[in-house]
Amino acid sequence: MGELKLMKGNEALAEAIIRAGTDGYFGYPITPQSEVLEYLMAAKPWETTGMVVLQAESEVASINMLYGGGGTGKKVVTSSSSPGISLMQEGLSYIAGAEIPILIVNVVRGGPGLGDIQPAQSDYFQSTKGGGHGDYRLIVLAPSSVQEMADFVPVAYDLAFKYRNPAMILSDGAIGQMMEKVEFFEPIPRLSDEEVKKRYAWATNGKPKNGERRILTSLDLDPQKMEDHNHHIQEKYRRIEENEVRFEALQCDDAEYVLVAYGTSSRVSLKAIKLLREKGIKAGLLRPITLWPFPTKKIQELVKQGVKGFLSVEMSAGQMVEDVRLAVNGKVKVEHFGRLGGMIHSPEEVVEALEQKIIGG
Amino acid sequence: MTEEIIIAGFGGQGVLSMGKILAYSGIMQDQEVSWMPSYGPEMRGGTANVTVIVSDERISSPILRTYDTAIILNQQSMDKFEHEVKPGGVLLYDPNGITHHPTRKDINIYKVEGAKKAAEMGNSKIFNMIVLGAYLKIKPIVKHENVLKGLKKSLPERHHKLIPLNEDAINLGMKSVEVVQKV
Repeated sequence: MGELKLMKGNEALAEAIIRAGTDGYFGYPITPQSEVLEYLMAAKPWETTGMVVLQAESEVASINMLYGGGGTGKKVVTSSSSPGISLMQEGLSYIAGAEIPILIVNVVRGGPGLGDIQPAQSDYFQSTKGGGHGDYRLIVLAPSSVQEMADFVPVAYDLAFKYRNPAMILSDGAIGQMMEKVEFFEPIPRLSDEEVKKRYAWATNGKPKNGERRILTSLDLDPQKMEDHNHHIQEKYRRIEENEVRFEALQCDDAEYVLVAYGTSSRVSLKAIKLLREKGIKAGLLRPITLWPFPTKKIQELVKQGVKGFLSVEMSAGQMVEDVRLAVNGKVKVEHFGRLGGMIHSPEEVVEALEQKIIGG
Repeated sequence: MTEEIIIAGFGGQGVLSMGKILAYSGIMQDQEVSWMPSYGPEMRGGTANVTVIVSDERISSPILRTYDTAIILNQQSMDKFEHEVKPGGVLLYDPNGITHHPTRKDINIYKVEGAKKAAEMGNSKIFNMIVLGAYLKIKPIVKHENVLKGLKKSLPERHHKLIPLNEDAINLGMKSVEVVQKV
């Protein structure tokens, strides 16, 4: 057991970034995730692990620094909040097209536009359905505690490198700003240049001895080649959907009604199912940990098991509910309950919503 | 045991750090804790509040609508949070600057002259520790030794020389708390 620390989600994320053997962080400050860059600047990892920390001139610059750094096989990461992540979408599409492993963290705030600085979950579509142009996916992990803000950093890197695909940690302002106890994993050493060369045969880190050229690009003007490339990445996405779904099912075994929620709203929903069970209503909570790939099969199992209705609880106007509906495919009732623009549900409101929209509706 | 607390007052009164010390004290005795601040533009010179939960179990929602205890340090917070204390719960307040005193009949009400005592001690910064002492007298959810450990963890090392002063303030708060109403 390591030492337990009381930290904000953003600080725990920053510490985990250093410990995960990151080679470079490139970012631009924005509330509610500014503590990430602040923590890294104060920790000075360039003096210990040799990791680079750089405040770029903009989010557009950060994401393209990731394109370059990730292209050489280095572990690179950026973090931002919703408006900043929107600015990065062009770069993300290029990175996904060129199959470069990178990590991107979104500590979501209320939108659209500049919105406000309070927690929200209204970037679900942007994160899980592509976000930029073209047919691509990000692997999206949704932490629901400060501990998971730390733990998901090495998990996300592993997935990114395993599939050569950008991975995202999709958090929100509440998880970023709240403090909880956290215990850190043992530091993972940075790879040496030689180790990177040995491990990643695709990385553009100098001409190899056999003289073979390595090219990382998202461009191919021959449409047949581009179709082949698209088939290749789609095949990769099917493998990810098959192998990498993660979720937590709480009190679902005997549940008649299931709340589906991630991140902060899953915490609120956990309290709501306690209140519902006190009232004699058999409620459970399904918490997707990977938002893409989505736990479609688990929802279908719950339907088979006899669940009578699902309520998708989101700090959005109804985004994840579409994936719940696709999974349920009309077999039982699926409704959405959302708070918008930076507001958070109270557990009591969630109880009322389930009673009105699903049980009584 | 689960204790759900809101601490609310002005920015600069030490509301957030008081919550942090309480949360760290919980960790020192192997409990689960969460510390959820209000953050945003309203903090600049305006009200600040923090929800602290200390529990023996995994903490579900860090955001709440009702509380076991409300620690209220200005009028705006009294107006907002008096009605969010659970029936039978605790409201602790500093009467300094309060014009509308609490009126509920179904909760336990205590007061502590934190601002006044801090002025008497000649250090306004220990105000929040006096209030913390008062709270711990009413609800000893964390052991005294763990509060001291929590203090050590929350304060940067260069401020550790101030720990005895903070300890005195906690003790003063414990002695100074007054019962207004018990249900």
